[in-house]
Amino acid sequence: MLALGLLVLTALLLLGLTFWRRRAPALLRRIEAYERLNRSVGLAVENGTRLHISLGRGNLISARGGSALAGLAMLRRLAERTSVSDRPPVVSSGNASLAILSQDTLQAGYHAAGAEEQYRFSTGRLTGLTPFSYASGALSTIHDENVSANIVLGELGPESGLLVEAADRENTSLIAASDDLSAQAVFFASSQEPLIGEELFAAGAYVGAGASHEASLHVQDILRWLIILSIIFGSLLKLVGAPI
Amino acid sequence: MRVVTAAFAIAAGVIVLLGYFFPNQLGSLRVVLLDWAVIIAGMAVLVGVFNLAAVHMEKFRARQKGGAYGILLVASLLITFFGLGVWLGPDSPSMRFAVNAIIVPVEASLMAILVVTLIYASIRLLRRRADVMSVVFLIVTVIFLILMMPTPFGPILGEQGTQLGIDFLGMFSGGGARGLLIGIALGTLLTGLRVLFGADRPYGGN
Repeated sequence: MLALGLLVLTALLLLGLTFWRRRAPALLRRIEAYERLNRSVGLAVENGTRLHISLGRGNLISARGGSALAGLAMLRRLAERTSVSDRPPVVSSGNASLAILSQDTLQAGYHAAGAEEQYRFSTGRLTGLTPFSYASGALSTIHDENVSANIVLGELGPESGLLVEAADRENTSLIAASDDLSAQAVFFASSQEPLIGEELFAAGAYVGAGASHEASLHVQDILRWLIILSIIFGSLLKLVGAPI
Repeated sequence: MRVVTAAFAIAAGVIVLLGYFFPNQLGSLRVVLLDWAVIIAGMAVLVGVFNLAAVHMEKFRARQKGGAYGILLVASLLITFFGLGVWLGPDSPSMRFAVNAIIVPVEASLMAILVVTLIYASIRLLRRRADVMSVVFLIVTVIFLILMMPTPFGPILGEQGTQLGIDFLGMFSGGGARGLLIGIALGTLLTGLRVLFGADRPYGGN
């Protein structure tokens, strides 16, 4: 019942804050990686280069699907923003369902921007079904398709090191985040501005995906404080020998 | 049509979620919906593989860079799928040979490249970003590697010393990892709720 209560509380907070944020947009703290992402999107449109968005290999019917859904929300917004570009963004993924949803999201983004003719089936790709085949498939996109910025966001493992190295070698910009701890360690060691932990889920808010994304960040902050207080309170009870 | 799609998707999501909390009332329906999802995901693999082949054929047709490799990929796919998989069966010795002699060594080679890449990235870390956290990251990594390193004489600090070192560092890294995972769990929860409320529609709705 505690879990259900937490879920209901979260849902109510999300709804309430979303309506509030529609009236008063949030002031978000500066995250250098997302600043660079927004700059890279503008530059790619202006100089006729591509964005490469890699959504990882998150399985949507597992608990790790959250990062894939966050990536899709960001992709939707980026598709709208780059709809005027000569070269549409290329999306690579390592999960078949995710690849199909990425195509659907690209199409919906172009439709919303009134540029449906921009959509090509080949821009949403399944590059491989195992971690390394996915990475090696995405490498050819980074090397061969006139990419100026790579956005790697989703469930990846250590194989993400190959993507980072390829982006570095091509001298292209890289914005990378993962929900996997080993991939986060790889990104911390090898990228310019790594996104750590839940910063992955802030992508939508920072690319202007709407009030619900900004509200999500606030709800996350509130829940985080609740968890911190619960941990401290539980530790104190344990310290005084209370039965918990 | 898009409203109907959204309504179906949201209803399925809500039923599966509530099925966890009310297993007696909605448990069987949840299992049916999840079974459907697994079947659809299986079909999606076939669609995905077709997409992969189509993208590479398109690359070859448009004479893009690396298009020839695309033809090699499609030929390998056809031979493996129809020749070895459908005709001889997935348990045939030829299929096992293809996996053991080609796929496993290629993935192992990529793993070896990754090791070199990560060592190189760690060496360049301080040149890229010289701050306190980078220094701490490198020091802890080196200490961990030394502690875990196999030597002909056994652990470098002895059994007890190594265990003490791993426990001490593990106290910080374990705490940090839990913090990160709690943050990720909260992000996942909120992302899921946004999809359930229809604020995000990754299934193509506007």
